[in-house]
This record gives sequence, C-alpha cells and structure tokens, in this order.
Amino acid sequence: MEHRVVITGIGIYSCIGENLNEVLDALMKGNSGIIYDPMRKEFGYRSSLTGFVKDPDLKPFLSRRERMGMHQPAMFAYMSTKEALENSNLDVDYLEKNETGIIFGNDSTAGAVIETIDKVREKKDTTLIGSGDIFQNMNCTINMNLSTIYKLKGINITLSAACASGSHSIGMGYLLIKQGLQERVICGGAQEINIFAMGSFDGLGAFSMNQDQPQKASRPFDRDRDGLVPSGGAATVIIESLESALKRNAPIYGEIVGYGFSSNGDHISNPNFDGQFRSLNMSLKHAGINPSEIDYINAHATSTIVGDKTEAQVIADVFGSKVPVSSTKGMTGHECWMAGASEIVYSLLMMKNDFIAPNINFENPDEDSRKINVVPQFNEKKIDCFLSNSFGFGGTNSSLIIKKYKP
Amino acid sequence: MKMERSEIISVTKKFLSEEFEVDIETIEDDGNLRDTLDLDSLDYVDLVVLIEENLGFKPTAEDFKTVATFNDFYNLVEQKLMNV
Repeated sequence: MEHRVVITGIGIYSCIGENLNEVLDALMKGNSGIIYDPMRKEFGYRSSLTGFVKDPDLKPFLSRRERMGMHQPAMFAYMSTKEALENSNLDVDYLEKNETGIIFGNDSTAGAVIETIDKVREKKDTTLIGSGDIFQNMNCTINMNLSTIYKLKGINITLSAACASGSHSIGMGYLLIKQGLQERVICGGAQEINIFAMGSFDGLGAFSMNQDQPQKASRPFDRDRDGLVPSGGAATVIIESLESALKRNAPIYGEIVGYGFSSNGDHISNPNFDGQFRSLNMSLKHAGINPSEIDYINAHATSTIVGDKTEAQVIADVFGSKVPVSSTKGMTGHECWMAGASEIVYSLLMMKNDFIAPNINFENPDEDSRKINVVPQFNEKKIDCFLSNSFGFGGTNSSLIIKKYKP
Repeated sequence: MKMERSEIISVTKKFLSEEFEVDIETIEDDGNLRDTLDLDSLDYVDLVVLIEENLGFKPTAEDFKTVATFNDFYNLVEQKLMNV
C-alpha cells in the first residue's frame, strides 16, 4: 500500500531571517540578506559578497556535551529543526517512542576540518585536538548530532548531492514514507558560511563582482547578472504519512506529490538542458499532473550566466511563458547544500499566505528569460501547487512538486 | 611552571567550572571529580587538553587512575609540576 506524504513541520535559519516569521516578512518585502565581508578580501577571495548568518548561541538549549560536536552545519540545522519540531508539535519524548528518521543534506565541513588541522599543526599531537572535532569534521555531522539530541530511531543518513542536497533529502524521505518504510522523517539541508567553505568556489570566478552594491549583486535571470553570491544557514522540512499526521492532529503545510531526478552524465560544473528537462518531466509524470496545473515555479536560478540561461530554456520548453517563476536567491544568495530545502520552506510560506515572493533585481530580461514569466515584485496569488528545482555540480538534478493539502 | 597549591586549586577550579559548566562552589576538595563534573569517556579527552593548556603538562591515562577526588587531582598536579 502506498501512502500519501504530507509536510507537518518547517523551520528556517537563514540570511533573510532566523525564524519563519522573520523570513515571511523578508519574502513579502523582497529584503536581501547579502553583505560585503571585508574578511574575505583579506583572505584572498576574488569576491567578498556573502549572505550573512550569525552563529547561534546554543547554550540556552543544549548541554556542553551536546554542543561539543557541533560546528556551523549542525548549529544551523539545530536551530531550523528546533523550530520545525515545535510547529509540528513534536518533542523528544514523542520522538523517542515513535520511530522517526532523519535524512539531512550537507556537502561540506570545511570550517571545522581546517580548525582541527590547525590545532594539530600547532601542537603536533592529535591527542590535544579534543573530543568534539571528529563529530564536527564528518560530513554526517548534522545527522550524528540531531539523531542523538532528539533520540531518533529511524533511518539516519546524510545526503550529499552538491547544491541539490536539500531537495534530494526531501525526495528520498518522501519515497521511504510513500512505500511505508517510515512514518516520519526529518529532512532538510544546511550550509556552512565561513571563509574556508567557499574559497575554492570563489576561485572558479563564479561569484558576482558587484561588490559596490551587495544587495543588487544576486540577480537571477536578469540580463546584467554576473555570478552568484554564496550564502548559508539551514532549513528543516518534517514529512510524514498522512495517516500519522491525522492521527496526532499535526498541522499540514502541504502534500508532496512529485519527485523527479536525473544526472547529466556530462560536464562536472556546466548545466545541461537534457538533464534538467528529464528531472522536471519525471516529477510531473510522477505527480500525474499537467504542466498547466503548476501555479508557481521556484527556480534554482543562482544568477550565473549559463545556469539561469539553461533553466529558463527548460522552463520555457516544458511550461511555456505563463506560469509565474521566481528565484528567491535574489534575496538569499545561493544557499547551496541548504537551498533545495530552504526553497521548499520559502515556497510553503508563499502557498500558505497567498503570494509569490519577488525575484528581486530582475530588471531586464535576456533572450532566454524573456520567454518565461519571471515575477520581479511581490505578487498576491493563490498557489495550490508549486514546483521547486535544484541542480548541483556533477550534474545532479532534483525537482519536487508540492500541493496544498486537500482531504 | 611553578605554582603553589592554593594557586593550583584556584586555577583548576576556574577552568573546570568554566569548561564543564558547573558552579565553582560545587567543586570541593573531597568531592568526586567524575561525579561533580559529570564526566564521560569523551570528557576525559577534553580534560587532557585543558590540563595541557592551563597547567602546562599532559597527563596520561595511567595518571588518572590515581585520581578520584579533587584533592587527588591537586596532588597529581603538584607532583607533575615538580617534575616539569
């Protein structure tokens, strides 16, 4: 028997807000979370632009032992997960007694690893590293920490798929619940934001150089875009079988109805029309819906020349020119491993509050983006069904379709 | 590093209470170190790091076998510092 899969909790810790209320306000106003960080220039970055997310103080919430294994990815993920569990009416006692899994997207722990290695270089003695570093250094740091803190007893794996990690984490959790293997999975994505995390990406020349106007720098689909702005934080999406959600009278934010994925099998960094096209079509086929039933597309568009161009071409080909499209990365920058999950949270807030968040800084279309309906300003609109795209290095693609829940 | 016992006690109480987040008043000479600080096996790894940073020597696992109370710990530190 297949199960319907619904979303019963969401949480966010991002550069446009540290909780759902702040983020909703920023999405409605089109506020940017991008800053100029002088430390990056000093460190050797080509571009000093970044989304700004401060390290949360977890002392009020967690014991020393619980905090010891946490660096930015786990710290950010704790904050978003804490919020998601609270609004899903879930607590540790319930989670300990009712099997719950965790599949979190993460693809780096550079800051933690470098701090550890610096200690060894200085002391020349690994026994002076301390006990927490290993749990900060491993890529599954979020899973190790959150599964321990929340006493989770179900599936426990980290998903690394570059900038599609967060989206695939939800897709994989969805498949497990749909098949009846899990009743509830905590999904999400997190992205560290320290100077060690993004240097090699900056070195590719992929980041915007519009440093005089940080809040104008990320401009997805705009003719004058010149690169992405790195960003970070964490987003959590709790998914659950409909039976389980109804049984415990949980809030229902939406129903996952389609998941599509593909691999380009092509260039390691360049996007690919065919790969994205297959992912989108697979999600539509899986959901059993026509393109015309999609009310809004949250695009992956990161503000790079070639990436946005390819995605605009694919959207135009599959959906035509009418369906409203926006990339929230104009406000947030590219949240990378977190983006696929955070953009589900952003889109769910839009669906719940009947609006489309603006694709800020979209001032002039180019030859491809003029073929789709990019929404540059706040737009009141009832959304019953949306699609969210995520694409990553190595040619990994993911598309999720979510509908407003109807019994 | 040369330190009087009173200084060893005050330095130790300070770094242990700060790191392990216990009220400094709960650290009593005859109190059990492991129980007072709520130490598990991983915490002993951190204790080694703290001792090296604050008292200038690195204890061995063997050294900890002689330590039950804080007084035992201060004795260990005195003995180690004499040999530094």
